[in-house]
Amino acid sequence: MLAFSALSVLFLYGLIRLQTHLLLSLGVPEMEAHQAWNTAVSFTTNTNWQSYSGESAMGHLVQMAGLAVQNFVSAAVGIAVVAALIRGFTRHRTDRVGNFWVDLTRISLRLLLPLSIVLALVLAASGMVQNLHGFHQVTTLTGGTQSIPGGPVASQEVVKLLGTNGGGFYNANSAHPFENPTGFTNWLEVFLLLVIPFALPRTFGRMVGDHRQGYAVVAVMGLFWAASTALVTFFEHQHAGSALQAAGAALEGKEQRFGVAASSLFAASTTLTSTGAVNSFHDSFTPFGGGLTVFDMMLGEIAPGGTGSGLYGMLVLAVVAVFVAGLMVGRTPEYLGKKLGGREMKFASLYILTTPVLVLIGTGAAIALPGERAGMLNSGPHGFSEVLYAFTSASNNNGSAFAGITVNTTWYDTALGLAMVLGRFLPMVFVLALAGSLARQQPVPVSAGTLPTHRPLFVGLLSSVVLIVVGLTYFPALALGPIAEGLH
Amino acid sequence: MPTTAPATGAAPQRAAAGLFDPKLLLAALPDAVRKLDPRVMVKNPVMFVVEVGSAVTTVAAVADPSVFAWAITGWLWLTTVFANLAEAVAEGRGKAQAESLRRARTESVARRLTDWPSSREEEEVPGTALRSGDHVVVEAGQVIPGDGDVVEGVASVDESAITGESAPVIRESGGDRSAVTGGTRVLSDRIVVRITSEPGRTFIDRMIALVEGAARQKTPNEIALNILLASLTVVFLIAVVTLQPMATYAGAPQPTVVLVALIVALIPTTIGALLSAIGIAGMDRLVQRNVLAMSGRAVEAAGDVDTLLLDKTGTITLGNRQAAAFLPAPGVGADELADAAQLSSLADEISEGRSIVVLAKTGHGLRERAQGELAHAAWVPFSARTRMSGVDVDGRQVRKGAAGSVAHWVTSGGGSVGAEVAALVDGISAAGGTPLVVAERHGARAPRVLGVVHLKDVVKEGMRERFEELRRMGIRTVMITGDNPLTAKAIAEEAGVDDFLAEATPEDKMALIKQEQAGGKLVVMTGDGTNNAPALAQSDVGVAMNTGTMAAKEAGNMVDLDSNPTKLIEIVEIGKQLLITRGALTTFSIANDVAKYFAIIPAMFAGVYPGLRHLNVMGLHSPTSAITSAVVFNALVIVGLVPLALRGVKYRPTDASSLLARNIGIYGIGGLVVPFVGIKAIDLLVQFVPGLS
Repeated sequence: MLAFSALSVLFLYGLIRLQTHLLLSLGVPEMEAHQAWNTAVSFTTNTNWQSYSGESAMGHLVQMAGLAVQNFVSAAVGIAVVAALIRGFTRHRTDRVGNFWVDLTRISLRLLLPLSIVLALVLAASGMVQNLHGFHQVTTLTGGTQSIPGGPVASQEVVKLLGTNGGGFYNANSAHPFENPTGFTNWLEVFLLLVIPFALPRTFGRMVGDHRQGYAVVAVMGLFWAASTALVTFFEHQHAGSALQAAGAALEGKEQRFGVAASSLFAASTTLTSTGAVNSFHDSFTPFGGGLTVFDMMLGEIAPGGTGSGLYGMLVLAVVAVFVAGLMVGRTPEYLGKKLGGREMKFASLYILTTPVLVLIGTGAAIALPGERAGMLNSGPHGFSEVLYAFTSASNNNGSAFAGITVNTTWYDTALGLAMVLGRFLPMVFVLALAGSLARQQPVPVSAGTLPTHRPLFVGLLSSVVLIVVGLTYFPALALGPIAEGLH
Repeated sequence: MPTTAPATGAAPQRAAAGLFDPKLLLAALPDAVRKLDPRVMVKNPVMFVVEVGSAVTTVAAVADPSVFAWAITGWLWLTTVFANLAEAVAEGRGKAQAESLRRARTESVARRLTDWPSSREEEEVPGTALRSGDHVVVEAGQVIPGDGDVVEGVASVDESAITGESAPVIRESGGDRSAVTGGTRVLSDRIVVRITSEPGRTFIDRMIALVEGAARQKTPNEIALNILLASLTVVFLIAVVTLQPMATYAGAPQPTVVLVALIVALIPTTIGALLSAIGIAGMDRLVQRNVLAMSGRAVEAAGDVDTLLLDKTGTITLGNRQAAAFLPAPGVGADELADAAQLSSLADEISEGRSIVVLAKTGHGLRERAQGELAHAAWVPFSARTRMSGVDVDGRQVRKGAAGSVAHWVTSGGGSVGAEVAALVDGISAAGGTPLVVAERHGARAPRVLGVVHLKDVVKEGMRERFEELRRMGIRTVMITGDNPLTAKAIAEEAGVDDFLAEATPEDKMALIKQEQAGGKLVVMTGDGTNNAPALAQSDVGVAMNTGTMAAKEAGNMVDLDSNPTKLIEIVEIGKQLLITRGALTTFSIANDVAKYFAIIPAMFAGVYPGLRHLNVMGLHSPTSAITSAVVFNALVIVGLVPLALRGVKYRPTDASSLLARNIGIYGIGGLVVPFVGIKAIDLLVQFVPGLS
């Protein structure tokens, strides 16, 4: 898995750097080394953080053969890893949790490709662009000229969302009329980015042979998703400033075509799924609304999270919740018949440790360096939120940006690139180690003394563990950003 | 279980379970301060961070003195001391017990037999010079110099030094009551003991090490919890360290003292401080019930068991069959049968016979006749060959015994056994009872059958309810018995056990354990005999009876000094209680952090971002008083929870869901609410301290 991903980074890096010499480059300028590294890493890690502007930096070949391919396989890698973890629960006394190549190929060819082909046609039929044209010069209504590139947008768009990737063809991402032409495509896009992460718990339930386990997990995910969407919408409608009150809602940075509700839904969904595609600009959200999008990502991309990564993140947190709760029923904690001992807790602890450490150290370092502080567009708590958002987004492999911050500098490209690599692959390594450790065990039979993990009580418990663990870790940072900005 | 002080002065005085005396805290104080040694503290990562933090604030307070800085420094050190205090108190209780055990381990002189059994030559050697395999002779009034098995003779032994029970016990060669323990005293007779322990490794030495906690190692579950706590500590450490540049950017760089206070308030100090005390106290609770666990691992495993193997005799039933009814043959009166049965049983010393006499008296008003009243009676004792007993008196022969034997006696004398009697016999067998047929013969007349006595195993009172409880806890009980399947089934149904193993040999027992374990189940069992030793070793929790052989004691991982197999149920409960206490305090500790944030964050930043004052939901007086209150609360809650850690969370046998709901309610929700109240209350006091308001 690691070898595959390392090769992917190298290939993509080479492709981006050499694109000027290849076909279909549209004459875009050569990308600098640090930005190419950042981009290659970004797409391989399913983050799709874009420190460049899609239409003006990437030719069609890179978009199709480089970025789109990674959109498929990085999503498949996530699902392959969660499949290994689930096999850890279902298999006994073995050190085999599946073959990465087999999984990767099957997920790509049998799941992602067919869905993408069908849905790309639907999107194209709904008015999305799909061609290999270069830049078109058009005269605008006001008389000026504008250069608009065409391209294979629909085919890329579908997997951008389906694989919770989020890297837009255009800089404006899903706010661009070519990437998201109508209200229908907007709904379809939200559906696409949620469908796989919300469907995987059923796969999980099926694989462990008890659908109720999957429903419990999906209930927690749904709870967070619904609450977050409702709250973001609420905050976007409730705003202090006089201009905003006159307009009835915070409209800055939102597409008028979609409005506040659809933008809030998209924002909550994209930050909760590690997609990072945007149809509005989170930097312009109200402090609490924007703060919630950060918080959504801080949850660790688990509700429902990225393809695969969301489910394994949730399962690791379930392991922690079961551990504490299991003690409270007087047994060595066990989840799905596997005991949670020192080894299991070591990997689960390392997993939950990784992203907070990356986010906080990254943000702390950026804010401590005078040169990097200059990159912020705003001062005060909002400027701080921009940096916090950037590192949260990168470390959690979301890839959406608060915008406002200038990140195409050597430092940010490198640091965020590192955050993406470590934030993606360290947790994966821990998840695979956990899977191996679980698979080696002999299962424990269920009895009346076993903690049931499919009841509403457990759903509530898991939700509070997620909330408290995340809340406690990030509360000081959030207090200095969105909360300080929002409270008067 | 009797934990009262025995009559002999040297016997240990055991603390009553659950008792907690504030004086213990004071007594443990010197130990607690001694434990501040960083080399000791580093084993507990959470508290080590607190200690380092205390040291850092001390330096900061010296460099930039203020009432606030010193107040925080003082309370941080107190937090560290309180944590050590909890551990020291837990250990202190064990130390007191160890002290009295040591007194029992007097330097004894052993009379070693140089060439036993071929010669009886003795030499006197110090008890410490004995090696495994030596033979020693011990006579009345002498202390047994080491652990071993009696190989010759029988003696009464005072084992109060170990068990706290003053009544002497009988130890004899051969069989399952041959084990003697070093440090105990022979009260009568003379025995030869083959020593089975090496010096310094005797049972009493191990006991001392166990109750003192010297042999204590972290248990698997404790290790797992420690890992989780350590990772939480790291997360909070990073959260606070990276907060400083963020705070500087916001224009409010924080003093070191405040940052350290925040770290200490956030890391899970409550559970970190009490974790080892909980483990020690768990072992201690077992000791108070006169059970010695050889490792903490065994105590933990006890909480996990799925299957309980109980011997029928002595555990589920009273141990002896009792007469339950007289069933007369056709044409015979019940009183006539009772009279004959009583007559034939007068000489029986075994309890079955006694119970017949008792039933004849209580059920039929027959006066108990003394043996002396029947001058010419010739008693026929029970023998394994005839399988009958009885009496010949005044030309009348009365016999009672196993159905087949008595039937043979009747038919060989020319009598006959009616079909009705055969039906009675079969009926009793089918019901799990033992039929005893009573017959008589007058002179030369043909013998006739009077009827059948129904002997049955009497299930101890309250057992059905206990098994019901166990079932709710998710534990399956299997009864082990040497009875035939029919009898076993009847008793199993009466006692309410889930399953039974009839006509069990040690091999069957072993096979059953292995079969359960193959399904991933944990098995607990008791045993005393040497033939049980392999099964004890194979089971996950093997509780050896103290009356048993040394081999059994070595094989098990717990020893019940009272030799009461029913105690298995308590052992399981203590194991569960130990885990629940850990989980409850962890939940409490983490839930506490919410309130602490609401106290400290507005105190830190309300100056630069006035909006954050809204987070001061408790309405704390000032930033300094808020931070001080949070730290003081954090320290005091440790002391407040020491009794709970030592006593253990209350445990009621019930299913996992209701247990979880209950504990989340108390320790989760409670953990959220209590600190809000506590910090506010402390703040109300602290605000009057000059320099903190």
